[in-house]
Amino acid sequence: MSLAAPPNPSSGVARIAAQFAANAAAGRKAIAPFVTAGDPDVATTAEVLAAIDRAGATLIELGVPYSDPIADGAVIQASYVRALAQGMSLDRLFAMVKDVTGKITTPVLAMVSYSIIFRRGIDRFVAESVAAGLAGFVVPDLPIEESEDLGSACEAAGLALVRLVTPTTPPERAEQIARQSTGFLYCVSVAGVTGARTSLPAGLVDRVAWLRTKTDVPILVGFGISTPEQAQAVAAVADGVIVGSALVRRLADLAHPPSTQPVVVNIEQHVRDLVQAVAPAAG
Amino acid sequence: MATAAIASGSVPLSAVPDPLGRFGRFGGRYVPETLSAALDQLEQAYAEAVADPAFHAELDGLLAAFVGRPTPLLFARRLTALAGGAQIYFKREDLSHTGAHKINNTLGQGLLALRMGKRRIIAETGAGQHGVATATACARFGLECVVYMGAEDVRRQAPNVRNMRFMGAEVRPVETGSRTLRDAINEAMRDWMGSVETTHYIIGSVVGPHPFPRIVRDFQSVIGRETVEQCRRQLGRLPDTVVACVGGGSNAAGMFYPFVDHAEVRLVGVEAGGRSGEPGDHAASLSFGSPGILHGSLSYVLQDDDGQTSDVHSVSAGLDYPGVGPEHSYWRDAGRVSYTSVTDAAALDAFDTVARQEGILPALETSHALAWAVDEAARRPADEIIVVCLSGRGDKDAAEIARLRGLSAAGEQAAS
Repeated sequence: MSLAAPPNPSSGVARIAAQFAANAAAGRKAIAPFVTAGDPDVATTAEVLAAIDRAGATLIELGVPYSDPIADGAVIQASYVRALAQGMSLDRLFAMVKDVTGKITTPVLAMVSYSIIFRRGIDRFVAESVAAGLAGFVVPDLPIEESEDLGSACEAAGLALVRLVTPTTPPERAEQIARQSTGFLYCVSVAGVTGARTSLPAGLVDRVAWLRTKTDVPILVGFGISTPEQAQAVAAVADGVIVGSALVRRLADLAHPPSTQPVVVNIEQHVRDLVQAVAPAAG
Repeated sequence: MATAAIASGSVPLSAVPDPLGRFGRFGGRYVPETLSAALDQLEQAYAEAVADPAFHAELDGLLAAFVGRPTPLLFARRLTALAGGAQIYFKREDLSHTGAHKINNTLGQGLLALRMGKRRIIAETGAGQHGVATATACARFGLECVVYMGAEDVRRQAPNVRNMRFMGAEVRPVETGSRTLRDAINEAMRDWMGSVETTHYIIGSVVGPHPFPRIVRDFQSVIGRETVEQCRRQLGRLPDTVVACVGGGSNAAGMFYPFVDHAEVRLVGVEAGGRSGEPGDHAASLSFGSPGILHGSLSYVLQDDDGQTSDVHSVSAGLDYPGVGPEHSYWRDAGRVSYTSVTDAAALDAFDTVARQEGILPALETSHALAWAVDEAARRPADEIIVVCLSGRGDKDAAEIARLRGLSAAGEQAAS
């Protein structure tokens, strides 16, 4: 780690680190729910973010809709299609995030395709993200070979740039990725696209345990985790879990026909159950 | 101007991509980490294959006896007379086995898959030509084959769907998005994310993440190499102009690449102008697009201000794509290749003209290049030579053209 200046306590990286420090002190693990911005509509997303915050999540991943997401399975892809059909745009997204981050404490990271960032321009995208109160980015289609420009812009702005390791990543490369990752390291559980799966992949626990020996950055596991039981099993070796498609599907099922209040109550309760599953009493 | 450096000859324009897959600022590898190792493996396997004389011998043998190469260079006598100007020649890729240039690439990549020990092949297809060529290579090599194809394209290219199935391939219609080529690529990429350790993705054009644009260009360059040699032997000189249609751009890249360092030869790529120049009405990425990232590489893309890929339209399924190969973007910005577009209507007219004048049914994709060539020939003197890459045959399009023309399945004017 080379930190020339003391970290700004309000920077995204510092706010994420504070969340993990608080988890460590309390002996609990992280739940990081994923929701798509603008699905079923922007107003509901804002309410859902507040509900996830109340439920005690450590971080929130906010999916930025993209027309051609090759890392995502059918559930998240369909949510992107619905959001875009609703007229979701970056301007609306940043305005909504700015409004919400002023009211909640859970740091929000954008899950965003590099296609979107590149089109906006790195500097402008980073500046708008800081202004909106985002804490960092997960960019699922940006391997380390291509991430130097965005990496330096994020570092300068105090934003986390979360890198991903997958089951197909060779060990040396995984170490290199772990060294570059800021905020946390995203450990993808399976070789494949996002989507809930019924069982955890073989070898996952060993891979996380090996990664743990290689890096001090918190390790969150994502892809395929949907139930409190799976979250509990993974949290036994990792610092927490990301729950995505399962939540997006729940939102989609509840939101048709639209009736906002039951959706928000249901999501809040579900995230509470997940948080409870990785709380100290559960371990 | 970048053209000054090129004209000075200090750096050959053909000396791309660099080790990171860059064609100038275009190209690269913007993919999920899950695919990184497989792309590294492919790059390695390709480097080893290129250095192995046995690989070249096997591929050359297949190109000769299985594909029927070299394909001829034909003087289009009556079309030239009709245009009344420059001489028009056809490079007859339509005579290749399976009826288009696509087979050059699928045989090469099929051999690479065998070298990597991967026995399952996936592919995307638009017009179905790449799907058929992939199914063909897989049948020849005994590999399992799954082809993703937009549901709209399954409808308009039914003969090719049937032929793929005849050769044992599984065709999976894609119902997402615009249900065309772009969506088929998305689904193939998603399949590959979950199957990458046992599966090779034979991408069909000079698009996608590094090293695909380079590998596909190299396998297709046999078109341009033969053309250079045939022009010298048959005509005693290189042509004045070489023209090819551009969707993703593989026949054009293969035709142009051996010519790019011959600055005296004018190169023209023809995109799908569709119904009009309005957004959503065409598929002309180089003519109307802007730099962006689609399907793993940086190139010209038809997109909105937020980077969402635009809907596109072309009468030709093979050109109905919102992106283009990164090397074309490089050639465009370097000023080496001119890119223009031709409308659906002009392409359909060219199909009719070439059918009647030359006894050749060209593919609708190819018809775009033919439309431009006939117009241009009329403007040029009789001692000039224009070579058209006749990239594929039009049998697959015949039913769709009859439908668009309001003709019966037998090609007769329906009673009104």
